[in-house]
Amino acid sequence: MSITTAAAKRGRILGSAAVTWLVFAAALLLWELIAIGADSVYFPRMTEIVATGADVLLSGPAWRLMLGDAVFDIVLPSLATALGAWALSALIGVALGTALGRSSWAMDYCGTLISFLRSVPPVTLMPAFMVMFGIGVQMEIAAIVFSTLWPIVLNTVDGVRSVDQVKTDTARSLGTPRRYWIGMIVLPAAMPKIFAGLRLSLSIAILLMVVAEIVGGSGIGLRLSTTQSTVQYPEMWFWVLLLGVLGYALNSALLAVERLVLGWQPTRGDDA
Amino acid sequence: MRTFAKGLTGLLGFFLLWEITVQAGVLPDYWVPPASEVATTFVELLGDREFLLGVVATLLAWLIALGVAIGIGVPAGLLLGSVPALQSASRALIEFLRPIPAVALIPLVMVTIGSGPDAKITLAVYAAVWPILFNTIYAFGEIDPVLLDSARATGANRRQALTWVALPHAAPFIFTGVRVAASIALIAVISVEYIAASEVGLGRYILEGGMNNGHLDQVMAGTVLAGLAGWAINSALVGSGKRLFRWADTEERATR
Amino acid sequence: MSTMLEVSGLTHQYGRGERAHVAVRDLTFTIEAGQLACIVGPSGCGKSTLLRCISGLIPATGGSVRLHGDEVSGVPDDLAVVFQDYSRSLFPWLTVAKNVEFPLRWQQVSKADRRRRAAEVLESVGLAGVGKKYPWQLSGGMQQRVSIARALVSRPALLLMDEPFASVDAQTRGELEDLTRRVQRDLGSTILLVTHDIDESVYLADRVLVLSKSPAAIVADLTIDLPAERDQITTRESEQFVSLRGEVARLLQSPQVQRTGETAPETPATAGSDAAHGAASADAADSATTDSAKAAAAEAVESPDETAASRS
Repeated sequence: MSITTAAAKRGRILGSAAVTWLVFAAALLLWELIAIGADSVYFPRMTEIVATGADVLLSGPAWRLMLGDAVFDIVLPSLATALGAWALSALIGVALGTALGRSSWAMDYCGTLISFLRSVPPVTLMPAFMVMFGIGVQMEIAAIVFSTLWPIVLNTVDGVRSVDQVKTDTARSLGTPRRYWIGMIVLPAAMPKIFAGLRLSLSIAILLMVVAEIVGGSGIGLRLSTTQSTVQYPEMWFWVLLLGVLGYALNSALLAVERLVLGWQPTRGDDA
Repeated sequence: MRTFAKGLTGLLGFFLLWEITVQAGVLPDYWVPPASEVATTFVELLGDREFLLGVVATLLAWLIALGVAIGIGVPAGLLLGSVPALQSASRALIEFLRPIPAVALIPLVMVTIGSGPDAKITLAVYAAVWPILFNTIYAFGEIDPVLLDSARATGANRRQALTWVALPHAAPFIFTGVRVAASIALIAVISVEYIAASEVGLGRYILEGGMNNGHLDQVMAGTVLAGLAGWAINSALVGSGKRLFRWADTEERATR
Repeated sequence: MSTMLEVSGLTHQYGRGERAHVAVRDLTFTIEAGQLACIVGPSGCGKSTLLRCISGLIPATGGSVRLHGDEVSGVPDDLAVVFQDYSRSLFPWLTVAKNVEFPLRWQQVSKADRRRRAAEVLESVGLAGVGKKYPWQLSGGMQQRVSIARALVSRPALLLMDEPFASVDAQTRGELEDLTRRVQRDLGSTILLVTHDIDESVYLADRVLVLSKSPAAIVADLTIDLPAERDQITTRESEQFVSLRGEVARLLQSPQVQRTGETAPETPATAGSDAAHGAASADAADSATTDSAKAAAAEAVESPDETAASRS
C-alpha cells in the first residue's frame, strides 16, 4: 500500500471516528434537552448525572489523583471480582473445552448436558450459591464462573475441532511431537473461536457481577439498589451509565489484546 | 436417534451423579437437595395450577418480548446494514449502550414502569435486541459483492437484487440472531421476575423458594424447568433453522 | 544407485466387509535415490491414499513400505510432504520464516541455525526477504514455494508431493515445475510427485508410473529420457516430449486403466481420510454437537461485526 492511500485511509478512519463521537455528543445533548422539557425526578438532566458522578468518583485527596473512596471501595473491588472470576472461568473453560473437543466421543455425551446448563438462568441459582458459599465474594465468584464457563467451553470445543485434516497431516509429516501438539497446532488454530467465547463471557461476567452484588449487597450492585430505594435518582443513573462505560472499556481492551494475539488473521490486518 | 440417546445418557448421568454425591454426603444436603427430591417437587409442580399459570405468564412475556425485539432489531439492522454512514455514526452510541447489563436497568425500570409485566418485557426486549441487530447488520455487511454483481448481470435491478439475493443471503444469519435472542430473552424475563419480585411467574416462584430458607428443592426444580425450557426452545429453533436454510452454511461464514 | 523407496504388495482398503472400498491394491515399485518420479493417474484413483500410506500418515492395510531399507510405520523423520492445499497446509498463525523453521524445532538445531537455514532455503526457492510476512500476504504461488521450502529445510531423504501445483495458475505452475527440478538437482534429493496432469508428469520426471483407476495398480513404468536441462517452451515442443506425452495419454485411455474394479465412490481418498481421522460421519452427526457448534458460531457472529465496524 502506498503512503498516500495509507494516509487517506487514516484520514477517513479519523473522520468517521469524529462523526461517531459527534453523534454520541449529540445524543447526550438531546438527553439534556428532553430532561429539561420533561422535568421529571426519574429522568434527571445529563449534566446533573455527570456532576453527581464526578462528586462520587473525584472526591478524594490530591495525592490519590482526586479519586474518591467510591473508586477504591466500590468500583475496583467490583471489577476485581468480575475480572478474577472471568479469568478463572477462562482457564477452566479452555482446558475443559480442549479436552472435550479432542475426544471423539465426550461431546456426544456432554453436549446436551452443556447446552442444558447454559440455558439455566444463573440468576435463579443465586439462592443455592448463597447457601453454599454464604453471602460474599466467594458466592459472587461462583455465580460468575458458573455462568461464563459454558460459552467458553463450547467455543473452545468448536475451535479445537476446526483444525482441518491438511493441517493435521502437515504437522504429522513435519514430525511434531505429541506433547507439543496442543500448544503448537490445536490452540493457535482454535484461538479465534476462543476469543469470541471470551468476549461473550466478559459481558456475561459484568452482568452477573451486578446481579450477585444486588442479591449479596455489595459493590456497584448495592449502590444501584440503594440509590433506587433512597430516591437518589441522579446517582442511580450515574451507576447505570458507569456500567456502560466500564463494559465498553473492558471490551475495547480485550479487542486490543485480541488484535495483538490474532495479528496473523487476514481480516484483522490494516491492509487486508 | 442414537446420538440423541447418548445426549440423554449424559444428562441422566449428571442427575445421577448429583443424587449420589448428595446421598453419599460428598455435598452436604443443606447445600443442594438430592436430585430425587428435586424431581419429586418438579413432578408435583407440574400438577400445581397456580404454578403452571405462573409459567404461562413467563412464557407469554417471553413471546411478546421476542416479538418486539424482532420488530425493532431487524428493521434497524437492515437500515444500519445497508447505509454504512448511518452505521458508523451510531457506532459509539450502540457500543456504549450494549454493555449496560439489562439487570442494571432493573432499578431504573422499577421506578419508571413498576414491576408488572411491562417491566420484564421492556428489559427482555433490551437484552434480546442486540444479537438480532448485530446479526442483521453483519449479514448485510458481509454479503459477497460477486453475488450481487451476478444478480445484476442477470438483469435484476437494485431493488430486485436486494429482495432476491441480499435478503435470502441474510435470512439464516438473522434467524441465528433470533435464536440467540430467544434464549437471552427467556433468561432475562425470569431474572427480572426474580430480582424485581414480580407478582407472578417462574422467577417469582423461585424467589419465594429462596426466601423461605430450606426450600432449595423449590429453587432447583424451578431452575431445572427454566433450563429445560430454554434448552427445548433453542433445540427447536436450531432444528427448524436447519430445515429452513438447508442451503446455508452460516457456521462456516459466520465464524471467519 | 541405491534404492530409496521400496513399496511391495501395498494394499489399502477403507471399511470392512460389504462396504469395504479398496483404494490401492497390491502395488509394488521402487524409487532409486536421486530420482524424480511422477505418479500419474485418473482423478480419484487412489493416488492420495498411496501417498498417505507411503508417508506413514495412515497405516496400509497390507504390504510394506521401506524407506532406505527401514520399514515405515508412522511418519519417518527424514521424509517431507508438500500438499496441494497450501492455504490449509501453512500455519496461518506463524510467519513465513516460522513456518519454514517449524520442522527444525523438533530436531536438535539451535535457534540461530534454524533462522539461518530457513533464510537459506527461502532464498533458494526465490523468496528472500519475505520471512516476516504472514502466509496470507503472499500470492498462491509464493505460498506453495513456502511449503516447498518448509519441506526442504530439514533436508529430507525423500520428498513427497501431492498434486503440488494443481491450485496455482499456469504461469506460476511452470515456474514451480522448473523450481522443483532445479532444487532436486542442486540438493540431489529424491522426489515422488503425484499428479493427474500428463504434461506435468512428463516434463518433470525422470520416470513416470501410470496408475489405473481405483483400485490403483501400476499399468506402466516409463523412463523419461529427456535431457536433464528442460525448458518450458523448447522441451514441450520437442518431438520426444510430444511422443512421450502421447504414450502416457494413450496408456491412461486404455481399457486397462479405464476398467473399474468395483463400484467405486467418486472421491475415495477424501471419504477415506475422513474416516481415518475419526471425524463425525454423516449418520453420527450429533444433534447436540452441531447444536453447540452452531450456538458458538452464533456468538462468534458478534465478533466480525465489531471488527467490521472498527475497520469501516
